[in-house]
Amino acid sequence: MTDTLLETPLAKLHGELGGRMVPFAGYSMPVQYPAGIMTEHLHTRAEAGLFDVSHMGQAELVGEGAAAALEKLTPADVQSLKPGRQRYGLLLNADGGIVDDFMVANTGGRLFLVVNASRKHIDLPLIESVLPAGVSLRPLPDRALIALQGPAAVAGIATLIPEIAALSFMGVWEGVWQGLPLIISRSGYTGEDGVEISVPAEAAEAFAKTLLGLPGVQPAGLGARDSLRLEAGLCLYGNDIDAAISPVEANLVWSMGKRRRMAWDFPGADRIRGELDNGPKRLRVGILPEGRQPARSHTPIHAPNGEVIGLITSGGFGPSVNGPVAMGYVVRQHADDGSALQLQVRGKFLPARVAPTPFHPRRYAR
Amino acid sequence: MAEMKFSKDHEWIRVEGGVATVGITDHAQTALGDVVFVELPDVGRDVTPGEAVAVVESVKAASDVYAPVAGKVVAVNDALVDNPGTINAEPTGEGWFFKVELSGGLPDDLLDEAGYQAFVDSL
Repeated sequence: MTDTLLETPLAKLHGELGGRMVPFAGYSMPVQYPAGIMTEHLHTRAEAGLFDVSHMGQAELVGEGAAAALEKLTPADVQSLKPGRQRYGLLLNADGGIVDDFMVANTGGRLFLVVNASRKHIDLPLIESVLPAGVSLRPLPDRALIALQGPAAVAGIATLIPEIAALSFMGVWEGVWQGLPLIISRSGYTGEDGVEISVPAEAAEAFAKTLLGLPGVQPAGLGARDSLRLEAGLCLYGNDIDAAISPVEANLVWSMGKRRRMAWDFPGADRIRGELDNGPKRLRVGILPEGRQPARSHTPIHAPNGEVIGLITSGGFGPSVNGPVAMGYVVRQHADDGSALQLQVRGKFLPARVAPTPFHPRRYAR
Repeated sequence: MAEMKFSKDHEWIRVEGGVATVGITDHAQTALGDVVFVELPDVGRDVTPGEAVAVVESVKAASDVYAPVAGKVVAVNDALVDNPGTINAEPTGEGWFFKVELSGGLPDDLLDEAGYQAFVDSL
């Protein structure tokens, strides 16, 4: 590992905005701006937050058979993805463990991929390794990615690009705006309506400033992004899902295509089929601690009788819930909503219960 | 008002009539961010310097608060439990944590304001 942190194309803007920079996945990223995580979180839910997510990996997959090739690594149905649509998927290893989660968009003529920053050095060679002749993977390191999230996001960007207002959730628009080739998906990682915008790196700062000039838009950092996604019940790779955890255990079976679950033609299909038939040993669940004290990741989970039954994988304070929220894995016998849990926080037992996610209602444009 | 002293664990102390009022510094609350939870010591507890006696948690992080002096806890700021944001708004005023009746003198390693500022600047 090198100590040198990479910077995104918006590094200078973060400095101007007073961002507090922290290392994240090898990048120097703003955890918050002077407004603070609480304000940035609540503002995103009330109006709109602008997030720099340029650290994430972007790539395109081109050539006849690109979708079928990607399906060698994922149980998502990529081949049925229509032009102008995006889908969430999981890359799996041979044991059915999750290598990464990703977004794939059909932009007509090619697939556009977004993968996690911390995993792109693994994902891209893995994808490369399964490609047949005629299909090629092109990393797009010269593009920035900006998320504009919240109820004012789409109205705002539609004043620049009216077509965005007509997109439904997971719809994708590709086009040229003021000379800039953009890829815009109506999606995000906050539980709010909004967009993620891929923009050429050299134009990213000016474009971000244009977005910050739209009504109700304020910058928001990784801290708010984390509390927003946790309230929305969305997984963070490395915390909530990893190479040992299957899609069944992670409660992400919905991301597997129906056709794929009939053909069983993806890595780890035997394990996944067994877990679907017999139930997994452990299951990812939402967890609401009683009281005000947050239970953080790595907090041990006990049953009321004291038996250790699991581990919190993400936990903190939910500003919109106005209380602590968490998710984690428990043995299946304790995974039903309402199940009583005891969380071992700082040497004490904190009562909690299994709860449905999202903790805050998602507001996607269906 | 009595002069404030500071610990390298980022607590402040103000001594009046043999009782030290203790809180966390402005630097500490800024570093933590929005405080959402505090756990205060029991009144009557005997504490020694460096002992973890309270907990403060922000949206992002959890941190111990240490007793910077020796003595007995004689009061805690219960108002913080329902309004932990007071710690961000007024860290050295209404955001105080607890009061300790001193059992002896102040530890030698406490800093004055200039010394604490120099310490923070060196971090």
